[in-house]
Amino acid sequence: MSPALRWLARKLALAVLVVLGAATVAFAALHLAPGDPVRAVIGTLAPSDDLVAQVRADLDLDKPLATQYAHMLGGLARGDLGESYQLRRPVVEVIVADLGWTVQLAVASLLLALVVSTALAVATAGRRPTLRRVSILLELVTASSPTFWVGTILLAVLSFQLHLFPAAGAGGLEGLVLPAVTQAIGLVGIFTQVLRQSMEQALDEPFALSARARGTTETALRLRHAARHALIPVLTLSGWILGALLSGAVVVETLFSRPGLGRTLVTAILGRDLPVVIGVVVVAAALFTVINLVVDLLYRVVDPRLREWAA
Amino acid sequence: MTTVLTPVTAPVARARPALVLAWVGLGLLALAAAWPALLATAAPDTVDPASALAPISPHHPFGTDQLGRDVYSRVVYGTRMSLLIGLGATTLAVTVGALLGVLAAAAGRAVDELFMRITDILLAFPGLLLALLVIAVLGPGAVNTTIALACAAVPGYVRLARGQALVVRRSGYVSAAVVMGRSRVGIFFGHVLPNALPPVLAFAAVDVGTALMASASLSFLGLGAQPPAPEWGSMLAEGRDYLDSAWGLTVFPGLVVTAAVIACYVVGADLRARFEGRGTGGR
Amino acid sequence: MDDEVVSVAGLHVTYRVGRAEVFAVRGVDFHLRAGECLAIVGESGSGKSTVARALVGLTGPGARLRSDRLVVSGQELSRLGDREWRRIRGAQVGLVLQDALTALDPLRTVGAEVAEAARNHGLVRRGEVARRVHRLLTDVQVPQPELRARQYPQQLSGGLRQRALIAAAMAADPPVLVADEPTTALDVTLQAKLLDLLAARKAAGTAVLLISHDLSVVALLADRVAVMRDGEFVETGCTADVLRAPEHPYTRQLLAATPSAHARGARLAGPRSTPARTRTPRPSGVLARVREVSKTFRGPGGARLAAVSEVSFSLSAGEILGVVGESGSGKSTLAHLLLGLLEPDTGTIELFGQPWSGVPEARRQRGRVQWVQQDPLGSFDPRYRVGRLIAEAGVDRARVRELLDQVGLDPAMADRHPRTLSGGQRQRVAIARALARDPEVIVCDEPVSALDVSVQAQILDLFADIRADLGTALVLISHDLAVVHHVADRVLVMRAGTVVESGPVTEVFARPTHPYTAQLIAALPRPGDAYAAHPEGVA
Repeated sequence: MSPALRWLARKLALAVLVVLGAATVAFAALHLAPGDPVRAVIGTLAPSDDLVAQVRADLDLDKPLATQYAHMLGGLARGDLGESYQLRRPVVEVIVADLGWTVQLAVASLLLALVVSTALAVATAGRRPTLRRVSILLELVTASSPTFWVGTILLAVLSFQLHLFPAAGAGGLEGLVLPAVTQAIGLVGIFTQVLRQSMEQALDEPFALSARARGTTETALRLRHAARHALIPVLTLSGWILGALLSGAVVVETLFSRPGLGRTLVTAILGRDLPVVIGVVVVAAALFTVINLVVDLLYRVVDPRLREWAA
Repeated sequence: MTTVLTPVTAPVARARPALVLAWVGLGLLALAAAWPALLATAAPDTVDPASALAPISPHHPFGTDQLGRDVYSRVVYGTRMSLLIGLGATTLAVTVGALLGVLAAAAGRAVDELFMRITDILLAFPGLLLALLVIAVLGPGAVNTTIALACAAVPGYVRLARGQALVVRRSGYVSAAVVMGRSRVGIFFGHVLPNALPPVLAFAAVDVGTALMASASLSFLGLGAQPPAPEWGSMLAEGRDYLDSAWGLTVFPGLVVTAAVIACYVVGADLRARFEGRGTGGR
Repeated sequence: MDDEVVSVAGLHVTYRVGRAEVFAVRGVDFHLRAGECLAIVGESGSGKSTVARALVGLTGPGARLRSDRLVVSGQELSRLGDREWRRIRGAQVGLVLQDALTALDPLRTVGAEVAEAARNHGLVRRGEVARRVHRLLTDVQVPQPELRARQYPQQLSGGLRQRALIAAAMAADPPVLVADEPTTALDVTLQAKLLDLLAARKAAGTAVLLISHDLSVVALLADRVAVMRDGEFVETGCTADVLRAPEHPYTRQLLAATPSAHARGARLAGPRSTPARTRTPRPSGVLARVREVSKTFRGPGGARLAAVSEVSFSLSAGEILGVVGESGSGKSTLAHLLLGLLEPDTGTIELFGQPWSGVPEARRQRGRVQWVQQDPLGSFDPRYRVGRLIAEAGVDRARVRELLDQVGLDPAMADRHPRTLSGGQRQRVAIARALARDPEVIVCDEPVSALDVSVQAQILDLFADIRADLGTALVLISHDLAVVHHVADRVLVMRAGTVVESGPVTEVFARPTHPYTAQLIAALPRPGDAYAAHPEGVA
């Protein structure tokens, strides 16, 4: 087997392990937790014992834990995540319906944040001291503002006062603008800081002096040399970025009443809808490992020093 | 941002005035948390329907809420809860994380390998997802929020502390100490621990801010501290319904959260810059 | 004159540090003709690199440049804006920096870096870039130029990388080449080849400005030399004259400090300042026996790398044993094995008549063998002050003061932080610490390679004093043949983990039996041979 293939096989094996581990931990934690999901499902204050027993049997919750665990694993292998207690629909169906919305939001805000912060970093790295200072202050403020608060204020001003964008729902591009901007604002602060710092570091390296001594212009130096160096720490951050996007989705979707994984997760937690919680955890873990794999590959595209396929 | 852990080396403005301002801000927060009555103008739970949703006035600097409670005083009284959650979660996470991380670095290969595989898997999750899972198990509430945020942050600290400890262990001065005949225990307490911990603590200072923000987000979702106790996140959530008529309800608690987070970032970034390169013995 | 390509008069460069203005260069004049090489020699902080950067207008932010004349190829440069400077850089003046690993962009191919200057100045059309790169790399004798152009800098060996860097600087055919310490990062055999390459450029008509700290390198290439100290040229002249009959005291001091073939064993930094001490009587005999020791490391990807294989030698009391080799020859691994920081895979080490390898830590008499590392600062706990650093060896305050005095430092320095000390002072602190428990052996791993030549001279003198006063045996590990030749009694020549030759220094240097040793000695630049040794050289 070639080193690259062996590397890929190792990574895939690890990915399966992560997903399996995530499912196991989520299952164990939720089923051992205090509180009876059956009562949460029924919802009424004093259900009859018969009803409780019937629902329990319906949901398979009367079986021993080991059987339930084996059942879940079996389902997992077939791509079946069980049925939601609250919605009485297959979890896979619920998640697939949501995933599109969340991905759309994540991609839109990520692109927006990347474009804005690259422009800011290229413009202010190691030059324009006044603009640089203003930019640093803004980054600090945006990185420190809670997402839901920023979103609330955007809502108040742009929707309620100026009626520029719809306040809720997901209809079309207009419905995407406010949520995406809200998410992007938090990311821009962090991205710009990281990009500028690594760019300034690269511009300080001897190879930058060499390039300048060859008559390279400042902008060419930034684009040809420094930008690639600046990209590496952003890739390193990708795990954190994905986390921020998913965490952000939880808040933003609730705030803007958008459908999506995050909102479904919060509703499921509050309603003790165990299959949905486990399902979201498993899907998130899978998403995470896949993206990490892609990022590992990207590293090797950007940085030839890593092209040795050592694990 | 509702992330539990910022891996960013926040290269924040390290200007002197900003630093002084940040320390003053942290001092005020500490004062508000310890003796809220000193700063507040009213009790946080005095209901006065007659002056509900009053605008900003000298009497109510931040206005009043839907029940006529003074928003400024509620923000002041809310400090204790928010700060306790933020500090508590971070302290818990640092203690457990640093202990496990340094142990992993000091222990043999097998233990280290096991610890790192586990943290690899845990780190593959977004912090908030871990926190949400813990809340899903334990249920909502202030104490559970603290535990949840701590759990979410622990893997990061294990990593960081282990990394720092390894850097120190491979340093020239630890080898020098071996050659001078110092014992393993002496080297661990004399060199490894004191040089590996400060960078971890500086990181924690930044993380207090992040935890503050995360706990506010959880309360906003209805999963954190529960009303009617004054807490910044839940105040923000309540104020959302009155955005049209009384924007102060939302804007001011949010500003305070932001200011508190900034103060933590600035102080933490400064601490980190001071320790940078010291643990590694570089120039 | 017509063929003067560079003409500089009254060059001043100042930097703003806080509110104060600090001079880096004050009033320097020189000129350079086509096909000529001028070397600027000086120690760190002398301002020599600033002069080099001034010729390409890259003295950096915060620098202020003033000159009566700064002319390159007939064009006055001192009032140029950035846009005009860019037309000079690369096209009129090429710059070669010290270490190609950092001076070439690690994320771009060698070809892209080599072509950049030509592309910047519009000298090649898109389709012709590959051909141009091929020609440039061939000019600097890089084998397989097509392959190398597609590779990344870190895939090339140090010597090839440095050639590629020269090719990149020559890409737009500038009449002037500025080379700032071009050989410092290279092993001695590669250094000689690179100097030949620069000589070829010179012969082809390029004017070369060579910046170096190393008089022996300068002797091989430069027609004229300028000795620089504190921003000024203290002496300029024809290389042969300056090296044979230096006029300025600083030049003389520099020459005297450089270990050379003729001055073996002589003091390098002038007469001794501290009084000699009565010698502690020590038992004679063999201190260390190393028998067929091997150590293998597992590299990335599982490849096994034999760092040290089947090395045997012994060390007698009071002797200085030099270990010479290029980077990667296994010298440092050998040091770690001797110090008990690594265990050998096979073979045994015996110290003081008892087994040293393969015994539990508690059975080792650590105080009897000590260590001086290359980077003293890295060997100090960053939290400690000088006094505590030395006391860590297990001695009291009075002894700390005595030790500081013994290595020629003010005992009051015990309260200073090492970061506030100079490189030489730091290394003295490290030596004081190594001496604390009066060891019988000190392993010194590249103890002077990070130091300026005059500071190196002082430290080498100190080693000689320590051996004379205390009878301590030293294992002196160095890549620098001249250093080992100067102080060592016996020498081990290492290559790729094995000892290829060993014996008394004078014998090995006079009659090397292994071709590698002969090659090393032949590659060694020696100002003392090219030009008769300086007066104080022979004691």
